Formats: sequence, C-alpha cells, structure tokens
Amino acid sequence: MKLLTREALLSFRRTPLLSALSITTIAFSLFTVGLFGLVAINLRQALRGLEERVEIVAYVLRGTPAEAIAVATQDIVAFPEVQDVSYISEEEALQRARTELIEFRDAYRDLQVNPLPASVEVRLKDGYRDAATVERVAQRLKGFGFIDDVRYGREWIQKLDYLRNLTGLVGLVIGLAFAAVAVVIIGVTIRLTILQRAREISIMRLVGATNWFIRGPFLLEGALKGLLGGLLSLVLCYAGYILFRDKSGGTLSGLVFFRPEHMVVIIIFGVLLGLGGSLVSVGRHLRHV
Amino acid sequence: MIRFANVYKAYPNGALALKDVTFHVSKGEFVFLTGHSGAGKSTIMKLLFAEQKPSAGEVRVSGYNVTALKPDEVPRLRRRLGIVFQDFRLLEDRSAAENIAFALEVTGARTDTIAARVMRVLTQVGLSAKSRAYPKELSGGEQQRVAIARALVNDPAILLADEPTGNLDERATRGVFQLLRDINAGGTVVVMATHDLDLVRQTSYRIIEMRDGSVVFDSEVDEAAAEAQ
Repeated sequence: MKLLTREALLSFRRTPLLSALSITTIAFSLFTVGLFGLVAINLRQALRGLEERVEIVAYVLRGTPAEAIAVATQDIVAFPEVQDVSYISEEEALQRARTELIEFRDAYRDLQVNPLPASVEVRLKDGYRDAATVERVAQRLKGFGFIDDVRYGREWIQKLDYLRNLTGLVGLVIGLAFAAVAVVIIGVTIRLTILQRAREISIMRLVGATNWFIRGPFLLEGALKGLLGGLLSLVLCYAGYILFRDKSGGTLSGLVFFRPEHMVVIIIFGVLLGLGGSLVSVGRHLRHV
Repeated sequence: MIRFANVYKAYPNGALALKDVTFHVSKGEFVFLTGHSGAGKSTIMKLLFAEQKPSAGEVRVSGYNVTALKPDEVPRLRRRLGIVFQDFRLLEDRSAAENIAFALEVTGARTDTIAARVMRVLTQVGLSAKSRAYPKELSGGEQQRVAIARALVNDPAILLADEPTGNLDERATRGVFQLLRDINAGGTVVVMATHDLDLVRQTSYRIIEMRDGSVVFDSEVDEAAAEAQ
C-alpha cells in the first residue's frame, strides 16, 4: 500500500505539467457542470415559490345549494393530487374584491347586486403542480354539474414546466459532454505515463508483479487527480457564486450555494471520472507494453 | 524442472518459429541453448517465462503448465524464475541496490527484510561496494551483475539468461559466466542462450543447438546415443 501510494505520487512529480493539465481539465469540466447545477438549484428554489401559487379556480353556477357544494368539496379533497380546497362564497368574493382591488373599491361599494360568482379554489400537492396534472384535475372539476367554468394559469404553468425540463436537459447534456472530454484527457495523460514508464512496467512483469499491482498506481493516480479536480471545481464554483452574488448589488442576495451532500456528489463524480479515465486507458495500453 | 514435448510455435503469418521441439532439463543442470539468430533460442526463452504460449505441444516449467497457464498464474511462475537479458534492463533512475529492491517491492516482499536480502545478493555478485552507484556509473559487466543479482534475489529455482554476455567484452564475459557457473553450483538450474561458441566449448555443460526452429543437436541425447553404439 505504501509503495502503491508512493508510485502514484511519484508520477505527479515526474509529469507535473501533464498532471496539472488533467486536474485542471477535470476541474473545469466539473466547474461548468457545477455552475449549471447552481443555476438549476437557484432556479428550482425560485420556481418553488411560484409553484406554490399554482391553483385551480372553479366557478360555481349561481343558485347551487350549499349542501351540494359541501359534498363535492369532500370529493375533491379526496383526489390524490389535491392538497386543500377552499370554498369562497359570493359574499366572500365580493369582500375580497373590495379589499384587494383598491382601484375598483368605489365601484364594488355601490353595487346593488353582487356580480361575482362563488368559487372553489383547489391547491395541488407538491410534485403535482405540473401542466399535465393541473389540466387533468381541471377536467375532472368540469365534470361536476354545478361548475360553470374552470380557470388556471395554463400558459405560465406550461412555461414553468418547459423551463424546468430545459434546465435539467441542458445541464445533463453539457455535463455528459464535459465528462467525456475529461475521460479522454485523463486517458491520454495516463497513456503518456504508461509509455514513459514502459520499461519499468516491463521489468515489473518480468519479476512477477501481478497485473493489479501494476495497475494500482495508475488507478490511484487517476482517482487522486479526480479528487483534486473535484475540489478545485468547488473552489471555482464558490468563487463564481460569490462574484455573481456580490456584483448583483443585493438583488441576488438570496442565491444559494451547494449543500454539503451536493459537494460530496461533485467530488465523488470527479473521483469516478479520474478512475474511469485511467481504467479505460490502463486496460487499453498496458497490454502493449 | 523444464519439459518441452513436441512444441510448435507459429507466428501470426503462419511461419514456424519452433518445429517439434522436445527436451527435458533436470534439477541442477546447466544448459547452453545455441544457434544462429532466428534459430528459435529467444522463442524458447519466451515460452519458458510464459511471455508466449506454444501453438501446439506441452511446455512445463517448475511445475507450471505454460500451455494452459491462466493470466493470473503468470506472475506466480515468474517469481520462481530469474531472468537476465543481453541489455540488462535496469532502471536508470535507481541505484544498483534500488534496482534489486524494486524486484522485491513489486512482488510484495516484507519491507523489513528487503535491505538485508539486497545486500546478500550484491555480495554474491561481488558488487557490495557499489550498491549506491547508478547504472550509468557502472561498466557493462557490472550492470549485468546487478541484473543477475536482481534475478537471484527471489531465490529462483531456474535462472534464464538470454545472451547475457552479448554486450560485454571478453574479460567481463568471463566474469559473468563464472558467476552463472557459481550460481549453478549452488543448485539453481541455469539455461543460457548464447551464440558465443568459445564460451560453450570451455565447459562440458549440456548443449542444445537450434537451427530453423528445430533442435539439431542435444549433447545429452546424442552423446548417450554415441556411447551406446
């Protein structure tokens, strides 16, 4: 084990430029992925506030008996997607209009007849606030005979969905592309190390070193580079985050950074990249030495 | 210790490097493998340390069946062999002692035994005073002694030497050859491939002569036959 570590570290000393190149490549790959991750995390954070406001409003036909609505409300609450239902009577609607729509306060005050219909407001559970579910629940509400019309912010719910999917997809694609680049570069550096150490490796074979013993230092080297690259990428991400937050002059002060578990995932990802790159390269090139 | 039975080795292009080679080497023997370049000496050596496998026939070395050797058994076989080449194959960035220690380290020897074992073999090859010298500071003969010390450090049952004196002057050749004889006198089987016929004629060791991939003369078999007549 001591020898394994020594050999792996020795390779950093022997090829400092190549090692630095591998580490920086991994760091920049993960940095890009990390930045995207930060954007996604902050976007999701922002969307969560919007999502909580996703609500379906079903207007009730005038003259519907209160008991019928009460029974229907029980049914609606029982939908698996539904978090809560509230009934807004005609009077409550008018009251709300008077307090919320200040500009029309006078108009509402002078009314002889209340023009506002009663409504049932339905909020959905977390995880069900996407366009498809909202549409489905709305259709089901329309099935009740006393429901006149159903309204929900259809367009912006769809935009929300689109934005969410796009963030995930772009992040995934960029992440995969950079991971591939990192694996290739690590593979190349390991290959150069193998060629540089061909003589040593052939002597190791002659005196009876096992294959895993020969591979060990290369794999450890790759994993170490991945680890360092991962750490470096976090430092870069943090620098980027601080810079962005402070430059915004307070408007983005609510930005969040990775949670500890995210950082662990990034570092593990770096180690896996390093290990994967060296494993592929060692498997392919050690045979020819 | 070594058994070749009807061994054939074909190159990928179909040409035969070895044709129906059969011989046995017993405990304690010293065997010269002679013949021109391309006669098949090196192929026999490569089969002996499982660098290659025979196309047909059986090769057995120190209890291992090379013909059916699994990849993970190759290192185990090689730990029972000492291998020496014409070009020494030393690591230039390591001292004589470090080159020998390397062979122990990479086979997982106990760290606290390494220094003593290295010193023992360096003394055996007469280089205890030059343990810290780097290969480029040593003469060709001395470098080959370091290589032999490295081959001996794992106490091999068989020492394979492929043209060990090919790069050496006459004086160094005599020294290295005497060293191999001493090693053999200690009980280790020595198989030495060489085309230095002067060296071969100096002694009465067994000679196996190769030509175009076949054994054309085996002193043990042919002399026994001659005596029988």
